[in-house]
Amino acid sequence: MYQYDEYDHQMLAERVAQYRDQTRRFLAGELESAQFLPLRLQNGLYIQRLAPMLRVAIPYGCLSAVQLRKLAWISRHFDKGYAHFSTRQNIQFNWPKLEEVPDILEELAKVQMHAIQTSGNCIRNTTTDQFAGVASDELEDSRPWCEIIRQWSTFHPEFAHLPRKFKIAVCGTRKDQAATQVHDIGLYLRKDANGETGFQVLVGGGLGRTPVIGQVIREFLPWQHLLSYLDAIMRIYNLEGRRDNKYKARIKILVKELGIDTFREKVEQEWQHSINGPATLTLDEVSRCKAFFTDPAYEELEDSNKAVQDRLGSDLLFSHWMERNVAAHKKPGYRIVTLCLKATGNAPGDITAEQMEFVADLAEKFSFAELRVTHEQNLVLTDVRLADTPALFDALKQEYLATPYTGLLNDIICCPGGDFCSLANAKSIPIAESIQRRFDNFEVQRKIGNITLNISGCMNACGHHHVGNIGILGVDKKGEEFYQVTLGGSSDHDTSLGKVLGPAFAQDEIPEVISKILDVFEVHRQEGENFIETFRRIGMDPFKERVYAKVD
Amino acid sequence: MPKLIDLQGQVLDNPWVLLEKDTAADMAASHESMHLIVPLQLWLSSFESLTGSGKQIAVWLDSDETAGSIADSADKAAFIALNFPGFMDGRAYSTAVALRKHHGFTGEIRAIGDVLRDQLFYMRRCGFSTFDLKDSVKLEDACKGLKDFSTSYTSTTEEPLPLFKRKQA
Ligand code: SF4
Repeated sequence: MYQYDEYDHQMLAERVAQYRDQTRRFLAGELESAQFLPLRLQNGLYIQRLAPMLRVAIPYGCLSAVQLRKLAWISRHFDKGYAHFSTRQNIQFNWPKLEEVPDILEELAKVQMHAIQTSGNCIRNTTTDQFAGVASDELEDSRPWCEIIRQWSTFHPEFAHLPRKFKIAVCGTRKDQAATQVHDIGLYLRKDANGETGFQVLVGGGLGRTPVIGQVIREFLPWQHLLSYLDAIMRIYNLEGRRDNKYKARIKILVKELGIDTFREKVEQEWQHSINGPATLTLDEVSRCKAFFTDPAYEELEDSNKAVQDRLGSDLLFSHWMERNVAAHKKPGYRIVTLCLKATGNAPGDITAEQMEFVADLAEKFSFAELRVTHEQNLVLTDVRLADTPALFDALKQEYLATPYTGLLNDIICCPGGDFCSLANAKSIPIAESIQRRFDNFEVQRKIGNITLNISGCMNACGHHHVGNIGILGVDKKGEEFYQVTLGGSSDHDTSLGKVLGPAFAQDEIPEVISKILDVFEVHRQEGENFIETFRRIGMDPFKERVYAKVD
Repeated sequence: MPKLIDLQGQVLDNPWVLLEKDTAADMAASHESMHLIVPLQLWLSSFESLTGSGKQIAVWLDSDETAGSIADSADKAAFIALNFPGFMDGRAYSTAVALRKHHGFTGEIRAIGDVLRDQLFYMRRCGFSTFDLKDSVKLEDACKGLKDFSTSYTSTTEEPLPLFKRKQA
């Protein structure tokens, strides 16, 4: 994991001091609300429906046990003893006091954490695949590149007042778990014919009001030029992105209006000024960053284990958990374990202080004291010995963290919605819960197979509903909460956007609607297909007919 | 007299008068002030006659006007002022960078408009050299904003080498 050096520490301390003074001036009436707004946003602080919300960055999802314990401590001292993992590898506190935020930031800084640029019209936390560095299907570890981008984007003086927020994702695995194509910039790690690393660069993806899949602006960008090329894209966007209408201000609209070819030309022209300039990356720097992400002290192990085998045969719950939550590791004898934060009745992504401390202990005991957070709002222990999986399972059960639903229907991705968020049209957490209750049975879920269900409380799409195989969007119909259902979304390498099924539903109709959709799937499903494959083959009509059929 | 501050945080007198966008050339010529900041259009059409009039003439660009539009005549101006119509409009940061990096402009770049203390550090990093703050009370205090950070990670106009290269050096 990356470790701060003196410069990182110093700049972070300066940031905390800066924000402390800004907060003081705001409270003293020396800074107007409108002037304070972007300052607090760029330090992660929103004013929500019920209270402020503080969003803390977990850079590209990497978290240490020590950091997690600090988050638990903060949630107890400054909040109500729990926190929420968002869909962007951030963690959110829902009840901090505005005047205490500088103290929280100071505490975070002690463990190399911060809330810098987690909100506002700037470059946000860079995200990546949660299995980076340990996946069995990896081309190259994305984390060193994410760290290089983190440093470049942090306090970038030119791009702190962009037309709108800006999100970058990097993916080095073959199965894309980072929703790379729906980011403002998506970077796929690639190798050229000589084995040299580079990036396929996508631009103009995004969700929200106008969901768009990113387009390729450059097939192969040699790694040396990563930062100067990013600068060039950002400069064109900063100068030419629309600022007259907030809903048209994302880079996706600029790319759409200009056309990808014109946009590419502009970027190329701009890039000519800085290509091979000072921002050019050096092998030294890349090696320095890579050195933070070397393998831990793995043992040489067999890739099978008798005790595990026996337990699989005798303990159904364990075997379910192994089947769903435990994934292959690049190293024989090791596994990647997902802690699914989707126990029924638990708001998706929510975690209590006790659970955080508990997981921190487990990470220390079983996984080299590190963990990851995922955009599916789960936690991951990346380096668990296969032999330890029974002990880990037994421990997780105690804190309701062994729910074997990873990748299944109940692994719902869900934004905080109307219970917390002031922008919401409708609640989202109760919808998730009503679905989870209806389908809370492993056999039922397993039969349905791999599927994604995403819920957003409004058009801002924090729950990424457009890319859920099933998407649910809260809408407002004459002051009442309704839910629009979309089908066919996917955020994998073959990213697609869901299409609207038809007129929206009332809250209590949703579980039944989902049930009907799954019935149709079951009827049409061919051997070995999962939901998205069947949907792509048969299209929307059979679903429409069944769900909106008149009952006589 | 109004004041402005420079990169060293010194408070300077500001005798400069800003002329609005639709000001005509003869209005400018007959203006009582000897220190005029003229809008881009007026500058482009009349900078030769204006600079020859004995007055000191600078030019200002609004946030939608590009560095390229002034590139050829930049050196003739006393300085180039870049306007922030609102502090959230960040285009002028890139315009300043383009003036410095692409057009090699080494003269004074002044931040005007909605210029606030909390943006000063980023402005200086992008190549601004003087700051006409919106609120010119407490200027000594505002100067602290120039020094909010001791360094930057990325390559900037003020310090072209990114931190990783300075560390290696
Ligand atoms: S999708 Fe809407 S309701 Fe949900 S968190 Fe985002 S802004 Fe709030």
